[in-house]
Formats: sequence, C-alpha cells, structure tokens
Amino acid sequence: MLKQIEGSRAVAEAVALCRPDVICAYPISPQTHIVEGLGELVKDGTLTPCEFINVESEFAAMSVAIGSSATGARTYTATASQGLLFMAEAVYNASGLGLPIVMTVANRAIGAPINIWNDHSDSMSQRDSGWIQLFAESNQEALDLHIQAFKLAEELSMPVMVCMDGFILTHAYERVDMPAQAEVDAFLPPYEPRQVLDPAEPVSIGAMVGPEAFMEVRYLAHAKQLSALEVIPRIAHEFQQRFGRRSGGLVRGYRCEDAETIVVALGSVIGTLKDTVDDMRERGVLIGVLGLQSFRPFPLAAVRAALQHAKRVVVLEKSFSVGLGGVVSTDVRLALSGLQLHGYTVVAGLGGRAITKASLERTLREAIADKLPSLTFMDLDWRIVNRQLEREAQVRRSGPIAENLLRDVGTVASKVS
Amino acid sequence: MNAPVKFYQTGTFTVGNRLLAPEQRSVQASTERSNSLNSGHRACQGCGEALGARYAVDAAMRATGNRLIAANATGCLEVFSTPYPETSWQLPWIHSLFGNVAAVGTGIAAALKVKAAKAGLGQSAVRVLAQGGDGGTTDIGFGCLSGMFERNDDVLYICYDNEAYMNTGVQRSSATPYAARTATTMAVGAEPGAERGKGKNLPLIAMAHQIPYVATATVADLRDLEAKVEKAMTIHGARYLHILVPCPLGWGSASHDTIKLARLARETGIFPVFEAEHGEVTAVTKIRHRVPVDEYLRPQKRFAHLFGKEVAAQAPAAPAAQGGASVLARPGAGAGQGHPEMLARIQADADRNIRRFKLLDEPEVH
Repeated sequence: MLKQIEGSRAVAEAVALCRPDVICAYPISPQTHIVEGLGELVKDGTLTPCEFINVESEFAAMSVAIGSSATGARTYTATASQGLLFMAEAVYNASGLGLPIVMTVANRAIGAPINIWNDHSDSMSQRDSGWIQLFAESNQEALDLHIQAFKLAEELSMPVMVCMDGFILTHAYERVDMPAQAEVDAFLPPYEPRQVLDPAEPVSIGAMVGPEAFMEVRYLAHAKQLSALEVIPRIAHEFQQRFGRRSGGLVRGYRCEDAETIVVALGSVIGTLKDTVDDMRERGVLIGVLGLQSFRPFPLAAVRAALQHAKRVVVLEKSFSVGLGGVVSTDVRLALSGLQLHGYTVVAGLGGRAITKASLERTLREAIADKLPSLTFMDLDWRIVNRQLEREAQVRRSGPIAENLLRDVGTVASKVS
Repeated sequence: MNAPVKFYQTGTFTVGNRLLAPEQRSVQASTERSNSLNSGHRACQGCGEALGARYAVDAAMRATGNRLIAANATGCLEVFSTPYPETSWQLPWIHSLFGNVAAVGTGIAAALKVKAAKAGLGQSAVRVLAQGGDGGTTDIGFGCLSGMFERNDDVLYICYDNEAYMNTGVQRSSATPYAARTATTMAVGAEPGAERGKGKNLPLIAMAHQIPYVATATVADLRDLEAKVEKAMTIHGARYLHILVPCPLGWGSASHDTIKLARLARETGIFPVFEAEHGEVTAVTKIRHRVPVDEYLRPQKRFAHLFGKEVAAQAPAAPAAQGGASVLARPGAGAGQGHPEMLARIQADADRNIRRFKLLDEPEVH
C-alpha cells in the first residue's frame, strides 16, 4: 500500500509488521519518532501481544533486549549517536551471545562537540562489535531492510543493525510502499531460537570462557558473518520475488559498467551522488556510483568485482578515523589489494554539513584530473581552522575550541550548508 | 493473630529440623531440594555468597515449582559457578554484564509475559530472579536496578552483600562499611580504612521506590531467608532482597566463622534484619542477645587496625556485655593502641540502627 509518511513512521510500521514481542525504548534524537510510533501501535492494540518498555538508558535498552531475546522473544530497539556509545558494552555482549536482536541506528554524529545532525561516526564506532550492519539509501529501503533484518538475524542467530541517516531519512516524508501483514507473515517465519532460557531444558548462557575456547567462539562469529555474505543476497532475492522490489543485498552499482571513475558510498548520500553522476554523464564523464548496503560483513569480493575495471575509486564517507583518515576507505583498499587504481578518500558531511551536488562535482572533477589529495575534507572551512591554529600558537590558554570556532563563524552558527 | 514462627540455627536458640514435621522443615533440609547451585563450584572455603545463593535459589525454586530463570551479574558468584563448560547451575541461567543484571531480568520477564499472552494465560508461571553482589548492585548496576524498581517489573532482585569488590581483589564499594580496610581504603593514616560519611543503604533506597517488597536477611538465619524468598515469590512486581554474606577472604575472617559473623552483624545492630512493603517497614527481626560491636569487628582482620596489635592478640573477649555503657567502655582497654574513637562511632551507628528499626523489645538507656 502506497503511503506518504515520515521515514521514522515507515520504519515503525515495518517493524510492527514483523510482530516483535519486546520493544525497548530510550529517547535520543533522531531516533525518537520510530519508537514513539511503535509505542503508539502497542498502546492502541494494533501490535499485540507486545511489551513496550520505557527504559532508563540505552545501556538498559540493550540489556533488556538481551534478556528478552535469550528468553526466545523477537526483540527490537533503536538508538543513535551517544546512545549507541552508551550501550556499547551491551552491544558487544549481544553479538557475543549470538542473540538476533534488530536495532535501528538513526545515524548521527558523536560529541564533543555535541551535535545532533547526521554522519556515520556512531555506527562506525561499533564496526567491530560483531553486529551485521546494513545501510539504507532511502526510506523505502529502510523499511524493507527491517523486514529483511529480522529474517537475517534469526536465520544466523546474530544481531543486525539497520543504519539510516538521521533526519535526512528519519524525518523526511516520502512515498513508501508498505507491505501487507499477510505478505510479511509469509516472508518472515516465527522466531525459532537456537538457545533459550527455558525451565523445561535448563542451559547456562554467558558462562566464563578461558583461553581454551575463546578464540574459537570469536572465529565462529566471523564464520557466521562470512556466511551472511551468501544469506544477505539470498534474502534480498526472496524479498524481491515476494514484494517486487530490489532492496538490500551486498552492493548496488549505478552506471558503473563503463565507468572510469566510481564513487563508493553508504546511505542516503547515494541519492545525491546518482544525480551528480547523471549530470556528469550528460557532459560525457564516465562515472558511476557503488553503494554499499552491507558494511558488516564487508563484501570484499563484490566490491572488488564492481571496482576492478575502473581507473579510479573515490570513497565518499561520513565517517573519519582521527589520526588515520577514512574508515570505509580502509576496507575498500583491502578489497582492491594488488590492483593499481587511483584511490581517493573524501570525508564529507560530518555533523550534518550538507553534501551538495556542486561540491561533489567540483571534488570529483579534481579526482578525475588526479589533482585531489588522497585525503580530502570536502567543504572544510580552512579560514576558521587556521585562525584557531594561530590562536593556539600565540596563547597558552586559548580556550575551548568549538566555542572559539563558533565565535569566528559568527551569527550563522546554525547554518548547515 | 499468631506471629509467624521462625526457627534458628545451631549456635543460637536452636530448634532443629528433626523436631519438626517434614512439611515444616527448611528447603535445605529436604532431600527434594533442587540444588540449583550444585556442588563442585569453585567458591572459597566458608564463602557466604555461595551459601546465600544456594539457600535463596533453592527456596525460590521450591516456591515456583522449579519454574524459575536466573540472571546473574558479573562477580564472584558468576565466576566461581561457571568456568566453561562446568556450570553449577541446574536452572536456566544467563550472565550478561556487570552492570545490567536488573535490566536483563526485566527483559526475561517481558518475554515471559508475551509468551504467556500468546498461550492465552493471564500471567507467566515462570518467574525471574536477578542476582549480583554489592558492587553490581549498589554501584555499577544501580541505574538499571533503579529503573527495574521504578517500572515495578516482575523480577526478584537479590543482592549478596559482602561489602566490597571481592572478585577483583577486595576493593571498596559503596556498601563497604566505615573503617573497613580494603585494597582501596588502606589501613593507614590518621583514620585508617574506609572513610566516614560515605556509602549508601540500598534497602532503604529500594524502599524509597515504593516497590511491593523489600527485605534484608543474613546467611545466619536460614529459615528467615527462605521465608523471605518464599514470600517474595507470592508477590508480583519488583522485589528486593539484600542478604549479608560474610567473605572470609575479603574480611580476613576464619572460614568457619561465616555464619557466626552474619549472626553477630544482626545481634550488634550493625545489620538490621527487616521486611518492608510499599516503602513501609512491616517486620523486624529483634535482637535476641545484644552484643557490643567489637565482638563482631574483632574476628575480622579488615578491622584489626581499630584494636591495635596487643588488643588484637588477646583471647576473644568475654561475651555478652549488656547495655551501652559497658559496650562503649571496653575499647578503652586498648587506648593508645587502636582507634577507640572509631569503634565508638561504629557502636553509635549500631545503636542508631537499633533505635531506627526498633530492634530491641525494650528501649535501653544510654
């Protein structure tokens, strides 16, 4: 059924169609509308039986999810940014225990300085947590990925994070095609846990494991993620068969066939990139986009296959490893081992800085001319950076950095473009 | 109305199980007991926590007809009971993290509620126990615990309080009493041991949440402990049981003194044993045989600095000085050697507990 609704509402309705048993909620922008929507669906009896629990922190949210998932309940929660960091210990624990929890991350920057706007720093910080990480390009894909995520998580007995860009997707009203309950029921079988706390068959879960078996437990988690490289495309295919649209999978190329330059990206910026590519193609530039729908497991072979005939690869990412550079770029580089390609990392959109077609085209043209530095911060305001560097060189007590920069920016501090 | 009869163990005012009809005997005396924390685990000799957990979990198992799921915080109990793959737990049991056991309990209870609803039942026959030590309860797990209380989730939380982080090597927790030596409250300086005016009283904080049931107990009173677990299992909603469990390793006490010290903690007034419902104290275990605090403190090396070397080396003091005056006078015998002023403060704290919880039948004049 076609609907014109907010991205968060679309996700809430899609999650409800998956009939979760337990939902834990702790508010953090920009995730709030998702759990608010679900809470309403539970309270008005649309989604029943279901326990909707307002917890006291994100750490508690993931901990409640661990308890309920281990007791055989289909379990969902959502978070973002600081919330994801606050629950980090439990995030690792959920995957270590092999519990198929599904969580939405409404991607948002991490402070300090505190910032509520979109980038991918939050979910990237949990890159190695053992969770599968799927990235949505659009609200339709976010909706679809949640339905796929429960199936994927439960088939592998492994938690799945569905990442969608905060505000850009969560708060955007777009047309989505909402599946019917019967169709989702046919696609997603009831949860059959591999391990469950059951008095009829007592087991101990989460016991101390010493050096004699710890590495093997870890390896098995890796092996499962590798098997997800086959399961993710299969589920996406099944989804397409039933619902008639392509969503999810490992990677998705756009006009890559004869492309000399391919831009690799995650999430909603792929839309802007496609428009930019269309414009540049019209002017004869052989350029394409490769979207990563699965970041963990990282589809090394699929990325290599998609990029190996290009001359040049630009990784555009909304994340940044301080002291190194790109996060996604490092993985892409690994996928391209031994290939002689020109590679560029463009860090863009941190803390919600708008990524415009104009800036993208200018940056990509520099890359095509092979004049782009290997690591570029797109649209960085060098003026205020340099002023702060001068200030620090001159005065010992130079003061708080962010406040100095805002003062230099002046009255347009809230301007994002 | 008849007051409930509770029986006491060897060393106090004993009524042995053998004098009772079989149905009145303790859970521990029953050959049918579940042994939910089975033998073969790796607790220290004389471990109060192992004893408390066995008493409590067996009682909870009997009260629920063995339909019980336990969540465990990180800590001694989790570590000594589960080195992979030799679990001692004979019931469904999960360990997640140090600071989240109350929330894990909430999750289990929520899942059981939905399962029951799907089966067309009003409520789940399977019940939930969350348990941890004082560090996991009063410090790192406090946020999750308060959240579980506040939502009145259907979980019985048991804190096994041995008054410090024993698993990591005896560091101070917010349950560590004044003057106690730990690895992080060293027995040096002008006021050795844990500082004055710090720490928190979790049973009182639990009561402030107005939850249906809060109780304290010690491993010295098996019948009382079992009765409180059974009572807790007749109630739905958040329940809190705080059990004092002496730790020979951390307290520097003889392993055969675990039960004696737990009893002395109660009989000095240092550890009030009581029940509260919806924030109101409804029952207290009266002190039967009041003793001064130094009788409780002296056998514990963590308090040795209070007494000084010569005093500590003496034979145990004669028991049963009645009344406050002689209690306060006694540490004076070691004046200049130990810290009589600190002892006096501990005595004053115990006296305040006695007044506050009305632990003596007749008020004494001080």
